[in-house]
Amino acid sequence: MALTLMKGSEAIAEAAIRAGARFFFGYPITPQTEIPEYMSARMPEVNGCFLQAESEIAAINMVYGAAGTGERVITSSSSPGVSLKQEGISYIASAKLPCVILNVMRGGPGLGSIQASQGDYFQATKGGGNGDYHLLTYAPASIQEAIDIMMFAFDKAEKYRVPVLFLADGIIAQMMEPVEMPEMVDFKVDPEKKPWAATGWKPGDDPAKRAVINSLYIETEALSVHNEALQATYREIEKNEVCWENYKTDDAEIVVTAFGTVSRVVKSAVDELRAEGVKVGLFRPISVWPFPSDALRETACRDGVKAVLDVEVNEGQMLEDVKLAINGDKPVDFFGHLGSQFPTTEEIKQKILEMKEAK
Amino acid sequence: MVKVMINELLCKGCGLCVRACPKGVLALSKEKLNAKGYHPAEPVNPEECIGCASCARTCPDVAIRIERE
Amino acid sequence: MSVVFEKTQLLTDKPFHYCPGCNHGIIHRLVAESIDELVKEGKLEAGNIVGVAPVGCSVFAYDYFNCDMYEAAHGRAPAVATGIKRAKKDTLVFTYQGDGDLASIGTAEIVHAAHRGEKIVTIFVNNAIYGMTGGQMAPTTLVGQKTTTSPYGRDEAWCGAPIKMSEMLAQVPGSYYIERCAVNNTANIVKTKKAIKKAMQYQLEGKGFCMIEVLSTCPTNWGLSPVEAMKWLEGNMIPYYPLGVYKDKGAEAK
Repeated sequence: MALTLMKGSEAIAEAAIRAGARFFFGYPITPQTEIPEYMSARMPEVNGCFLQAESEIAAINMVYGAAGTGERVITSSSSPGVSLKQEGISYIASAKLPCVILNVMRGGPGLGSIQASQGDYFQATKGGGNGDYHLLTYAPASIQEAIDIMMFAFDKAEKYRVPVLFLADGIIAQMMEPVEMPEMVDFKVDPEKKPWAATGWKPGDDPAKRAVINSLYIETEALSVHNEALQATYREIEKNEVCWENYKTDDAEIVVTAFGTVSRVVKSAVDELRAEGVKVGLFRPISVWPFPSDALRETACRDGVKAVLDVEVNEGQMLEDVKLAINGDKPVDFFGHLGSQFPTTEEIKQKILEMKEAK
Repeated sequence: MVKVMINELLCKGCGLCVRACPKGVLALSKEKLNAKGYHPAEPVNPEECIGCASCARTCPDVAIRIERE
Repeated sequence: MSVVFEKTQLLTDKPFHYCPGCNHGIIHRLVAESIDELVKEGKLEAGNIVGVAPVGCSVFAYDYFNCDMYEAAHGRAPAVATGIKRAKKDTLVFTYQGDGDLASIGTAEIVHAAHRGEKIVTIFVNNAIYGMTGGQMAPTTLVGQKTTTSPYGRDEAWCGAPIKMSEMLAQVPGSYYIERCAVNNTANIVKTKKAIKKAMQYQLEGKGFCMIEVLSTCPTNWGLSPVEAMKWLEGNMIPYYPLGVYKDKGAEAK
């Protein structure tokens, strides 16, 4: 296995291209600007399209346009830019267009900071735009994991006709790690497999097959039918697509939950405490929507677990999903950092030890 | 001989065709009401029609078809 | 028997939902006929057509144009069309937008589509009012014109003078062909169709951004009969929004 040292943003961009993405629409914003920069150089080499839009709003609407033709389309931004994209994301979700959206999270609210943060969990998993919809949302914890998810992200997006969101953060985009880059996927739009796409209907063809990429259902009955179909898809995704990692949780007395890069700090804390004989483990959701509630219950609600600690770089957003999953069966504590400051291994260890002593 | 055929079901009685006709061929019906509740346009002087299609070109509901025999 | 005039097959059989006398129907037909003619002339492959509907009264345009269609978010049609055109270069892509959509909420998208020289055609229907929401003031509402949000008449001191999109976009270096038309009489209807077809031809030739602005009435929200509304357009709108070609790089080149 040949490993290459790559910067996260460039590795993710290259993975998207290898997964078949040929259309990138974006706008510069720190800390993800290296993604559009990389795409601007790389897309012409693969006969793809890089377009620097006038705004994130325009970029996401270009995604709507290009994704409706059945092509593999991607956009990236960071928190304030992703907020601007929410209108378009809601339309894309309703119109059932597959695509991939990257959020390289930075501190918020407002302009916040340009450092990594996890403050967009609510926005990513609870909606963001208007209406009842979800995005299949992954929170990678390493560059390699981001690459691996990218390699199936378009397949999932196309299978369910939902946008896939990467809830990454500035650390993943900015750090360098040795990675294995997969081979280029051979992707071509197959109109047979995408009868909904605008692929060239003409008068005389079956009127039912004319593409109408749309989110408007003016009659309430029709909107209900549409929404019920969307919800059925979401239930299907919840059934099939939850993924998570259990790390040293088998005999853990304290289960720590964390997603994304901060989970790696937690992992270090777990390793160090294990060496000291403390029974602690990490439960890490990889898909944050759908949230792995059942798996978390199985891990954290069994006998022997004394408490759960949720660690996030925000004020406790995933905490709500953790608490819903635990449903009062175990005490759930929280350790969070605000303002883009990542916690140290020491801080997390100390918190866990405090919890242990309180028992 | 030119035939102006107005699809009464589509006509909304806006009267733009009446204004557009240079020969006074058309008028809105005074008695007739269509399913939408409008007084549709109808040819009142059909023999005057020169087939210029001004009425059809101005009709916002594409309700007019013109044939020449 | 020969057919002098019949409905084009580029329009579906669905009856328009527009109010009596609304000019949208006329403009829809001109767009559809232009496409149909380009196909029949062998300049465009049947099926290589995608339209983008706006938000506004013509929001249901996807029900009427007999081709692949999109419904865009309010004002975003030029961005959506950009995405489509980049993905399907051989396709004729057009947006159909009203003045609230294009001249207010979507100004960034239209200016930058023009600025990039995006190879799309925009049909801009300007009736100086928000139709679908029930007659509110638009950026294009004339000074003194009464609407539900300018009940005392548009006050230039507070609301500015009506925006002139054709003049503005003609100044954008990337635009290729900009013309303002009206469909108030047969001669102008014929002219409008010629302009729309020319714009589409330019797109097929790979030229830049083209926009045809079409002045239109809104009898319902203006509170006038369809015929009176046409007269109001002739007496008030055309003097402020002069008809004509504002830019034609194709003609300059000749």
